Amino acid sequence: MRPEQGTMQSRAMAMAALLELLTDQPVIICNGFPSREAYKIADRPTHFYMIGSMGVASAIGLGVALAKPNKQVVIFDGDGNVLMGMGTLATVGALKPKNFIHVVFDNEVYGSTGNQPTISNVVPLEKVAKAAGYVNVERVREREDLVYEFKDMLKKDGPSMLLVKVNEMVEDVGRVMLDPPDITKRFMKAIE
Amino acid sequence: MIESDAFVQALQDIGVDFFTGVPDSILGGIIAELMERRLYTPAVREDEAVAMAAGAYMSGKVPAVLMQNSGLGTSLNALISLNVIYRQPCILIVSWRGYQGKDAPEHLVMGEVMPQLLDTMKIPHRTLSEKAAIDDLKWLAETFMKQRIPVALLITKGVVRGLHP
Repeated sequence: MRPEQGTMQSRAMAMAALLELLTDQPVIICNGFPSREAYKIADRPTHFYMIGSMGVASAIGLGVALAKPNKQVVIFDGDGNVLMGMGTLATVGALKPKNFIHVVFDNEVYGSTGNQPTISNVVPLEKVAKAAGYVNVERVREREDLVYEFKDMLKKDGPSMLLVKVNEMVEDVGRVMLDPPDITKRFMKAIE
Repeated sequence: MIESDAFVQALQDIGVDFFTGVPDSILGGIIAELMERRLYTPAVREDEAVAMAAGAYMSGKVPAVLMQNSGLGTSLNALISLNVIYRQPCILIVSWRGYQGKDAPEHLVMGEVMPQLLDTMKIPHRTLSEKAAIDDLKWLAETFMKQRIPVALLITKGVVRGLHP
């Protein structure tokens, strides 16, 4: 297994553990397998599934967080996505929205295009986030730590980043069977 | 010349209540006015600004993104794969650098191809004129509401007062 040493959970397992802790918070989920997995694990109207525009999940989440300061906004992101839109770590770090929880599932590959390596094996993204001004950052691998730290972040003022090291395993999932305009309408109504 | 405070007020009057973007000298006066009114959230890239605006729109805001036309290139993917596909409208206030071939070399090609680029992307656009400004803004608001896609207002040098007279 390439990322770090030891046994690691799959992204879908980690995601399922986090979704169990969430109720009606808006969740922005990045393009590729993460959206498809989240859709299969638990489809909720508060989920905004991205099918394209790689790199901007956290910027969409930031827009929601700024416009809805009383709602805690969660972003499910990937290492390739964060690297592509790394400037947004700085924007978030500078604006410091308290209601912003950025979860990064880091498998060190572009999983949706054939597991080409990213560079997150040598660039610790949670340290970049910390340097940019995120208030809380944690790097976790084990399920117990993941649950503990996420629960803690739900109680704290952010912005927070939870970097979750996961393996390259991908669930057997189909595409998100919703029309994008319907995803928009459903999400808007759910977070009104 | 349109005063920047009048222009910002007019945008607020048609309902715009979330402003983000990346600066350009032509837009300097508008951004200064927005900052004075504490309405402006600065972005570091134009596609980031477009995505922030999309998040704000889904949260009930009427968003506007300010950018130089070079930023259209940067935000192409977000505009198409996010706004157009998901039917998320956004007002784009775009400075037209390279207008009529009179500008620094880096602006000339984009300045020439921008209208065709917007046509190709099926993004409705209009160029702000001092005489028809009220009409232009009315058109902007109507197109935003009706079409639910990005709509661009292009601003050439000297139409809205900048920072340096």
